[in-house]
Amino acid sequence: MEQRRKRRYFAAFTVLITGVAVFMILNICIGTVRISITDFLAVLSDPTDKTGRIIRDIRMPRTIAAMVLGGALALAGYLLQTFFHNPIAGPFVLGISSGAKMVVALVMVFLMGHAVKVSSAAMIVAAFVGAMLSMGFVLLMSRRVSSMSMLVVSGVMIGYICSAVTELVVTFAEDADIVNLHNWSRGSFSGTTWDHVLVMSVVTLVTVCVIFFLSKPLEAYQLGESYAKNMGVNIKALRVAMVILSSILSACIVAFAGPISFVGIAVPHLAKGMLKSAKPILMIPACFFGGGVFCLFCDLLARTLFAPTELSISTVTAVFGAPVVLWVMIRRNKEKNAG
Amino acid sequence: MKYFLKVEKMTVGYEGKPLIQDIDLTLRQGEILTLIGPNGAGKSTILKSLTRQLKMLCGTVYIGEESLKEMSGSRLSQTMAVVLTKGIRTELMTCEDVVATGRYPYTGRFGLLSTQDRKIVSETMELVNITAIRDQDFTRISDGQRQRVLLARALCQKPQVIVLDEPTSYLDIRYKLEFLSILQRMKRERNLTVIMSLHELELAERISDQILCVNGRYVDRYGSPDEIFQEGYIKQLFSIDTGYYDEENEDIELEKAQGTPRVFIIAGGGSGRGLFRHYQRQGIPFYTGIIAENDLDYPVAKALSAKAVCTQSFEPVSDEMVHLAKELIDSCEQVICCRKDFGTGESYNRKLWEYAGSVGKQRINEMDSKG
Repeated sequence: MEQRRKRRYFAAFTVLITGVAVFMILNICIGTVRISITDFLAVLSDPTDKTGRIIRDIRMPRTIAAMVLGGALALAGYLLQTFFHNPIAGPFVLGISSGAKMVVALVMVFLMGHAVKVSSAAMIVAAFVGAMLSMGFVLLMSRRVSSMSMLVVSGVMIGYICSAVTELVVTFAEDADIVNLHNWSRGSFSGTTWDHVLVMSVVTLVTVCVIFFLSKPLEAYQLGESYAKNMGVNIKALRVAMVILSSILSACIVAFAGPISFVGIAVPHLAKGMLKSAKPILMIPACFFGGGVFCLFCDLLARTLFAPTELSISTVTAVFGAPVVLWVMIRRNKEKNAG
Repeated sequence: MKYFLKVEKMTVGYEGKPLIQDIDLTLRQGEILTLIGPNGAGKSTILKSLTRQLKMLCGTVYIGEESLKEMSGSRLSQTMAVVLTKGIRTELMTCEDVVATGRYPYTGRFGLLSTQDRKIVSETMELVNITAIRDQDFTRISDGQRQRVLLARALCQKPQVIVLDEPTSYLDIRYKLEFLSILQRMKRERNLTVIMSLHELELAERISDQILCVNGRYVDRYGSPDEIFQEGYIKQLFSIDTGYYDEENEDIELEKAQGTPRVFIIAGGGSGRGLFRHYQRQGIPFYTGIIAENDLDYPVAKALSAKAVCTQSFEPVSDEMVHLAKELIDSCEQVICCRKDFGTGESYNRKLWEYAGSVGKQRINEMDSKG
């Protein structure tokens, strides 16, 4: 049994890491300008080449962003699912992404109105404030409603309210801002610069490391609070940490790519299915890489499917993510009826 | 005398509102304390406070030399383990995985199990006899198995005290006995101190060194099983007003049939119990006699008959008693005899049977009708 499990874990991580590598290369090479792998290597060494600029300044940052933010998104979803003991929780359904989006939109419109350029750090902070705001509402609701579906419904409602406010702001914003805002508020990895990549990578990787170091108490927390308490876990501190960490991750995604749906729910379940285990120490890296692969794949489709028209990333993630959510719900229902 | 666990003036309750006040108790290592009391009386609240799941409102608890309040989380988890029936969540975990979570307080930063940990896990599984189901999914095993897995998990924690909240409630009789036997063995072999709540009074009486009775407002009684199970006490503790509970014989009966009896049953030696209960089910009231107080039929007769003519154990039956029984027979239409043969020591019953014939009552021999 132990041997079989180890082999499974090894296989799963091999698949995930290979997937990340393969899709990163594909994302860089496929596009309006097709680049072969040999060209890709040659072009990298020649900084003056025109194709080289496409790779270096457009495709590479975008690819890295898709990988890093996808990972962050899946991990945020996993944390929220663990936190609420709710398999269909995620930053998008709980309205956390929308909350972040709303505050970012407000800040952007306000600062642009005063002709101030918005820095990435300011964007993240604004998104974090918005994420915490929605999270606060969801936490309040979770005290009042005990059922999982009610929690999700209240999250969706919060999401709608925040989106409505965002729409309102966008409608009354200056014409020049709208294009920018509109693209972003639908969710997209396009327009990522190296500066963005640097900031998001640092924020995400630090957060992921912190979460990885929490894998032991998280494992205890999964068993339920009474057991975790008996195992010597400081529940309050852990819960606060989970809220903050998942909000940072959600904020980071929204600040750079806007709200992206379903990755947060679907990827943790797919990862769990691959590993046949829910252990945080395995799930945390698996979610990160899985989210990366998933977003790389979806971004590739978003860019190429109807090129030169680009789809919003959420359109693609929903097509692949929503069925996973349905499958999870059906399976759970079956288990409930059987047990 | 050296006490291991000492509770002084503990007040427990939720959100600052005291539920049960001034709980005092002392336990030596290797003793079993059982909490009994009606549903919602606060048994779980006390257990939660003792395990620090719930903040106690007042008082102190010492385990060994240490105060419970000042123990660190990890120290507490190495001292005390819990078995809660509800509230464990598992996902894709085998029984072995669940048991292994008991090693949590002893593992390092990332919670990885050492060879030593694995050895303890498999030894403990052996101990509670669940090795056969080690690879099965925890959510797919029976209640009895689940409780044993949770017990193994708690034992893996190598605690000195184990706290169990109604561990036998969902188990069938076989698993109840099996589960409590394991606890008793642990108490003997490992000097494990056990604190638990039970609904099964008869089992509580058998296994406990001490019993704490809680009635929702205060600790009503605290002492050895002999001190607790005194006549009438259980009825009072649980506010039983329909039906009957006999502490001495642990006999439990439903409410007796109402009305004026038309039947007199001659019983004794356990021959009448079945018929008494049959009549109770039919809702037919009856008289019975003459039954000695040490007779197997006595507790049931006392609980279910409209009136039972009873005599003191090991004393001859007085004429007065026989007369009383005859009067009851006079008021009836039917006399049923459950005795196959009247023994030399129960000539009074033969007399009653003959009397019934002489006054023209309908006589039914229960043994005949049984064929």
